Amino acid sequence: MEWRPAASLAALRARAELYALIRRFFVAAGALEVETPIASHAGLTDPALESWRTAWTGPTGVQPLWLHTSPEFPMKRLLAAGSGPIFQICKVFRDGERGRRHHPEFTLLEWYRPGWDGERLIAEVANLVRLALGQPERPVEILSYRQLFRDRLAIDPLHATLAELAACARDQGIAGGEHLSLDRDGWLDLLLTHRLETGLGRGRLTFIRDYPPSQAALARLRPGPEPVAERFELYLEGVELANGFAELTDAAEQRQRFEQDQACRRELGLPVPPLDEAFLAALSAGMPEAAGVALGLDRLLMAITGTSHIDQVLAFPIERA
Amino acid sequence: MATYNTNEFRGGLKIMLDGDPYTIIENEFVKPGKGQAFNRVRIRNLKTGRVVERTFKSGESLEAADVHDTQMQYLYNDGDTWHFMDPASYEQLTADAAAVGDAAKWIREEDMCQVTLYNGAPLSVEPPNFVILRIVETDPGLKGDTSGGGGKPATLETGAVVRVPLFVQIDELIKVDTRSGEYVSRAKEE
Repeated sequence: MEWRPAASLAALRARAELYALIRRFFVAAGALEVETPIASHAGLTDPALESWRTAWTGPTGVQPLWLHTSPEFPMKRLLAAGSGPIFQICKVFRDGERGRRHHPEFTLLEWYRPGWDGERLIAEVANLVRLALGQPERPVEILSYRQLFRDRLAIDPLHATLAELAACARDQGIAGGEHLSLDRDGWLDLLLTHRLETGLGRGRLTFIRDYPPSQAALARLRPGPEPVAERFELYLEGVELANGFAELTDAAEQRQRFEQDQACRRELGLPVPPLDEAFLAALSAGMPEAAGVALGLDRLLMAITGTSHIDQVLAFPIERA
Repeated sequence: MATYNTNEFRGGLKIMLDGDPYTIIENEFVKPGKGQAFNRVRIRNLKTGRVVERTFKSGESLEAADVHDTQMQYLYNDGDTWHFMDPASYEQLTADAAAVGDAAKWIREEDMCQVTLYNGAPLSVEPPNFVILRIVETDPGLKGDTSGGGGKPATLETGAVVRVPLFVQIDELIKVDTRSGEYVSRAKEE
């Protein structure tokens, strides 16, 4: 049994310094540090994320609990309760995710800005990341999801048919693409991860914004002739680093999206976690318009320390946990 | 029939794909935070040796290939067929030229080889890393040249041709590294 840490002492120190820098940043920015539960009665319904389950033995017997995949729902309850700007550094859990850039237990920095829009939050994310990298002059690029696919793959991600997306994957020479059975978003994810991602954020910070409505997650939709989700992602040196939203605050629409997720999970034969009724109640009571973002601190640390495997910034990866 | 889920993918795992056995060289988990997960793998076709890349949707399952390595003794060759024996069970197997491949240049009767079996039949044969073989033909070198510089071709008893130093003569035994096909040293009878 290997007892020694996987990360170097320098990487452990870099983590401590990064957390201190983040806390200084948010104290100066007037945001409140908060802590919310890791285990919840409700789970995340997003079909792309698997929650870990545990159980609580209490006065009413054994109750199933779900480990959070992000602290989003309780943080939004705090916003609805009038917290003002808040941030949190916490461990989150996503079952089945393991690789060079994935670890099933990892650290998120998540923060919310009531009254802000996506654009203003993008600027703040850029400032924080440039500060953390010690590169205050690092350029920032902002592209729409549609522009990215049009410019680099000559395909319109909002309107291409399933057959056109599959043909694009074939033309791009993605090995095994002809054997894959995917939905529209699956094909878009394939093209993004296999042909676009590695080029993003090279020598700069690249923000992708305005996602297809089918990939809105918890972002609000911007209506118009071409509705898009007010969602953004940050890429740094080919690595996805952060995901943000101009938050959906409409309780009815949120419930509808959750129910769609659940139906999708049932169809796929996946576990169907219960909806977070407390979160939906908070939205009904009135959550202020806000922008929020989650940033993967392990990946940011990989960039800061110049490492290529997530294990190099973790004291004890899951195999030796 | 054994199967492997993409979660179980790791280097060295043997899988079936399009009717051929493959070994996984490298497995990369690729997933957008809010999207579809994929396993992007580099795999080697165990029949042809060709390395290819392939992407699978995470969660898919693939049939396991019935492939394993075993130590066998090379017995003899009768034209197109090489005969091997399991030293424990005395069970004999035959391998064709495609399976034996380059190993044919290096192995002598009674040598132990690593034989990779696929569905119980030899798929490939690895000679020992080092073999000792007799030189059957080479130009007479210059006496007194011990520098090893330059060198000359020498034909070995198995038919292989290797470059040897000028001082090495016909009928001498030499040690050869079969992975590089290079002369290592002179050798004595084992």
